[in-house]
Amino acid sequence: MVLTNEYIIQRLQEKFGEAISNVEEPFGLLTFEVPKDMNLKVMQFLYDDPELQFRFLTDLCAVHYPDQKGRELAVVYHLHNMVKNVRVRMKIFTDIQQPDVYTATSLYQSANWQERETYDFFGVNFVGHPNLKRILNVDEMDYFPLRKEYPVEDQTRIDKDDEMFGRGGSI
Amino acid sequence: MARPVQYNVKNEGGKIVTIGDMPDGFQGEGFFTTKLSQVVGLARKNSIWPLPFATSCCGIEFMATMASHYDLARFGSERVGFSPRQCDLLMVMGTIAKKMAPVVKQVYLQMAEPRWVIAVGACASSGGIFDSYSVLQGIDQVVPVDVYVPGCPPRPEAIIDGVMKIQELVANESIRRRNSDHYKALLESYGIQ
Repeated sequence: MVLTNEYIIQRLQEKFGEAISNVEEPFGLLTFEVPKDMNLKVMQFLYDDPELQFRFLTDLCAVHYPDQKGRELAVVYHLHNMVKNVRVRMKIFTDIQQPDVYTATSLYQSANWQERETYDFFGVNFVGHPNLKRILNVDEMDYFPLRKEYPVEDQTRIDKDDEMFGRGGSI
Repeated sequence: MARPVQYNVKNEGGKIVTIGDMPDGFQGEGFFTTKLSQVVGLARKNSIWPLPFATSCCGIEFMATMASHYDLARFGSERVGFSPRQCDLLMVMGTIAKKMAPVVKQVYLQMAEPRWVIAVGACASSGGIFDSYSVLQGIDQVVPVDVYVPGCPPRPEAIIDGVMKIQELVANESIRRRNSDHYKALLESYGIQ
């Protein structure tokens, strides 16, 4: 049996009802949103169900939407059914003031480093992660560089000529 | 059978032969006096052992510099060492990420005095185009630098020019400089010793 997007979303809505929202299919990739405290339940269902069998976490990343008050940080899970070669994308949104999200490490081993990276760059606090510390940046860093809170260039630089680098000057 | 010596002896065809300058001094029949600093400088400047610290494209230009066409060996620097303890000249070529900065400093600390540092290319000198949270904005934030070579990446001629500038510094350096208060204050400002 071919695993179609319609069938997957039907199964999800049977199980979780109204919790599945914002369903769309950009470029044929089934995408949906769930409440952030239900991420593990939905992934567990997708993992365990004998027909769905989404048992590989391809990617886990975050996106910062500074204009969406109360749901600034999105965490995006890309799940893969290796048997039938079908992918889905699951999103959760969280408040940037309290970015606590349940960790997926108990379900997918590959979530370990990817959650560390997401913490490193966006400051998403994965509750229950075995070793949540910075993975790519220097340990002394005290900010989350990929949040859209910072100017692209370091404005404190004094050693480069402003006129040459497009920071004011006469041009 | 002895191989006939052809060059620099008969000088057929009037080839231009250049001979290096002698240090300033006083000479008479059978003796020559000069300053120890100058003799030591002369010896050091023509036998610099470079330690390449190559992280990106400037390192490729350095490979060209070392190879036969540009031939850094002409300046007595063909012996590239890969142990900092044997080397005199740290050549940092390429982007240094902030996470790499302690490594550069560690390599510098492992080198024995006297030691020189050359920053090759825009990234090593100033961070270059990487005006970013992850990139060190010039290696002179962690180690003192003697010569900066501009360019992105610099051509081998520019790297050779930088090495020749280092040779000039080496030749003219007083043998007491490394014990001076000024030098100690410089290292102190980098938190070394």
